[in-house]
This record gives sequence, C-alpha cells and structure tokens, in this order.
Amino acid sequence: MGDFDFQVIEASLPFLWQGLQVSLMLTGLAMVGGIIFGTLLALMRLSKFRSLSLVAATYVNLLRSIPLILVIFWFYFLVPLAIGRPIGNFYSALIAFVIFEAAYYSEIMRAGIQSVSKGQVSAGQASGLNYWQIQWHIVLPQAFRNMIPILITQGIVLFQDTSLVFVVSLRDFMTASSIVAKTEGRLVEMYLFAACVYFVFCFAGSYFVRRLKNRISV
Amino acid sequence: MTDNAMIKIQNISKWYGDFCVLKDCATSVDRGEVVVVCGPSGSGKSTLIKTVNGLEPVQSGQIFVGDVEVSDPNSDLTTLRSKIGMVFQHFELYPHMNVRENLCLAQEKVLHRSRDEAVARSEALLERVGLMGHIDKMPGQLSGGQQQRVAIARGLAMDPIAMLFDEPTSALDPEMINEVLDVMVELAEEGMTMMVVTHEMGFARKVANRIIFMDEGEIIEDRPTLEFFTNPESDRAKDFLSKILNH
Repeated sequence: MGDFDFQVIEASLPFLWQGLQVSLMLTGLAMVGGIIFGTLLALMRLSKFRSLSLVAATYVNLLRSIPLILVIFWFYFLVPLAIGRPIGNFYSALIAFVIFEAAYYSEIMRAGIQSVSKGQVSAGQASGLNYWQIQWHIVLPQAFRNMIPILITQGIVLFQDTSLVFVVSLRDFMTASSIVAKTEGRLVEMYLFAACVYFVFCFAGSYFVRRLKNRISV
Repeated sequence: MTDNAMIKIQNISKWYGDFCVLKDCATSVDRGEVVVVCGPSGSGKSTLIKTVNGLEPVQSGQIFVGDVEVSDPNSDLTTLRSKIGMVFQHFELYPHMNVRENLCLAQEKVLHRSRDEAVARSEALLERVGLMGHIDKMPGQLSGGQQQRVAIARGLAMDPIAMLFDEPTSALDPEMINEVLDVMVELAEEGMTMMVVTHEMGFARKVANRIIFMDEGEIIEDRPTLEFFTNPESDRAKDFLSKILNH
C-alpha cells in the first residue's frame, strides 16, 4: 500500500483520449440511429395495421430479452457473413447498438407519441393533412420535445454500455484504460481513473437532464 | 331536402359496441345556411358534426358534402377535409409553432400555396379576427379567446366551403366568449355555411336559420329557429330549453 503512481495516467492521456473519442462517437451515433429507427418502430407499433404493429411488438420484446453483449457479439460475426466482407469492429458495434437501443427508444417514443392529445391529430386531419404530414409536422415534434429528458437519460445508460465493446476488441475508453492498466501494471490507479471519468460524464449528463426538466415544466 | 343542400346526412347510425351514439339521424344544410346543433351532454351532437368531415366514421347511412360521399371508404377524404374548416372545443392550435406557422402549415402542405401567398392570406385573416399583433407569438402566450380566434382564422385560411364548430366557447372563461361569438356572427352574416354545436342560445337566436335538437343519439327536433324557441314540439326540447334559458 501507499505505492500509488498516478503519473501513469498523465503519460497515457493521448492514448486514453483516443479511446474516449471512440466511446463518445459510438454513443452519439448509436443515439441518433437508435432514435430514428426507434421512432419508426413506435409508429409501426401504434399503426392501425395489425401486422405492422405485431412485427414491431415482436422486435421490441425480442431485443429487450437478449443481453446486449450477445447482440454485439452476434453482429461482429453475422454482418460479415451476410454481406460477404468484414466491416470492422467499430461499424459492427455501431449497428449492434442501433439495433439494440432502437428497442428501448421505441418504447420511449411510443409513450411520447401517446402523450400528444388526440385532438392534435384531429386538427391535422380536419385541415386535410395526410398521415405522414401529421406525424412529421405535428405529433413527432411534440412527442420528441416531451421525451427529451428520458431520451438523454437512455443515452447516459448507452454511454456506460459502450464499455461492452471490449468483446469485439474495439478500443474504446474502457478498453484503452484496461490496456494501460495491464501493460503498466497499474490496475488500481487506472480503474479508479476510468470510474471517475465515467462518473463525471454520467453525472454531468444527469444534472443537465434535471435542469432541462425544470425548464420544460415551467 | 332541397337540391341546394351542401351537406346531406342520410339516416346515419353509429355504435360503440352495444351503445348507440347516433340513431338513424337525417338532416341537411343548405349553402349559406347556419345550423345550430344543441342538446344535453352525451346526446351525440359532437359526434354528429364530426361525421360530416369523416373524423367519426359511421356504420350505416350516407353522408354527402357537395357530391363527395364522406361515408364511402374510397372517397378522397383529405381533399374534402381541406375544404371544410373545423374549430374544436379545446382550440387544438399546434403548441410548438407560432401563430403564423399554425395558419400556414396546411395552406402550404395541402393547398401547395407558396410561402408568400400563405403568409399574405394568414395576415389578412389575423387582421380580420383582430390578432395581427400576435402573429409571432406561441399559442401558449395567448388567452383562450385569442387562441380560439386564431383557430377560426386557421380554418378560414383554407378558403373553406363550410365551417364546423364543435362547442367553440365551452372551454372559455365567460368574459372571452363574446369575442369568439362576434367573429362567428360576422362570418354567418357574410354567408358562410356553418354547422355549430353550442349551448349559446343567444347566438343561435341571432344567426341560426335552423336548430337541431338531439337527445340520446336521435334528432328530436329540426326546425326553423324562431319556431324552435317559441313553440318546441317535444317535451324533451321544452325541458332542455327551460333548463338552459331560465338563468
């Protein structure tokens, strides 16, 4: 004990920064993709066509019953098989996250869409707008705005979950920390530092969400 | 039923499960006519008016607006709806758009008017309902009466052949009812074809050509305004009038 060396962190900062960039990029892109795909799933789920609704419900329930790590693993092996060439671990991980997060985002967007009063849809219909115009101009902007805090909260969870990409040896922040920890033999320092970084990001995110909620509710 | 009829409702019925909301209702509205629909709550009057633009489907009977059959599933309802303005009890302005965008949206997306045209039409109508100064405001910044006047302007912006009003003053504070009724009276006097669900009997007396009285999903009376007020036929209408007029 008493033999800590935090120098190692400073020395490996550029390497860790690269890892953090991968984590943030993966989080950002997966959020955008997941919200777009999730919104489509939500619209399908709420559609008056039973078959569409059933497909979406099955998708969501299936994906929510599978561990994320399995999905990441699968796509790493499945996508190259399907398209005949490797696409690299970043893109396979990104697709896995989009596919997986869409299931969660679709439930959030479904609640958001249902929070918009039916009268708003009637008003759109009464003025001659078609289904897509009503969704795009009237329902989705309101649904999205109502759900922004929850969408971001889900993004914070997603940021933590990106650490799972070590299974496809993608060098995210967690993997980078782990590499430094092992090669330098400084496990305690590095894992402590990694925890601090995740904490700071997630806490700042939660704080931002709280502020946003107060602003919206005014 | 005359040939002049713009809206024809022919023996329509509607059920929610076993519950009959509309029972064999038949009436018509002529071009330029103002018809007030009244009756106790739950009598089906809002449902009746919403069948006219197909917001409420019916299970039997036929509805025609002009020569379009609303009750035919193959009819082009979006085009028809763009020609019939509708004003709702709870205004239903789009809360995330300012007043200008509320008026322009359907003009641009449905009628394919240019931006300049749509804005010009919006400004003219806002001027008319006395709200030009509020064009950049969000609906949440307006009072109920102002919101409902914007909603009327939004309906008129489509240059409709008829206007439907579904309890347009029921959600308003008493001091704001008149500013909305004034706009409606003016509209009626200009010859707009109107179907109005309302409890405002003063308004009905002043501008309605006919009164339709409904109870339990049925049209009980459908008569010229003066006749309805001075000499209602049914006990149910007498009872309703005595409750609504005696204070």
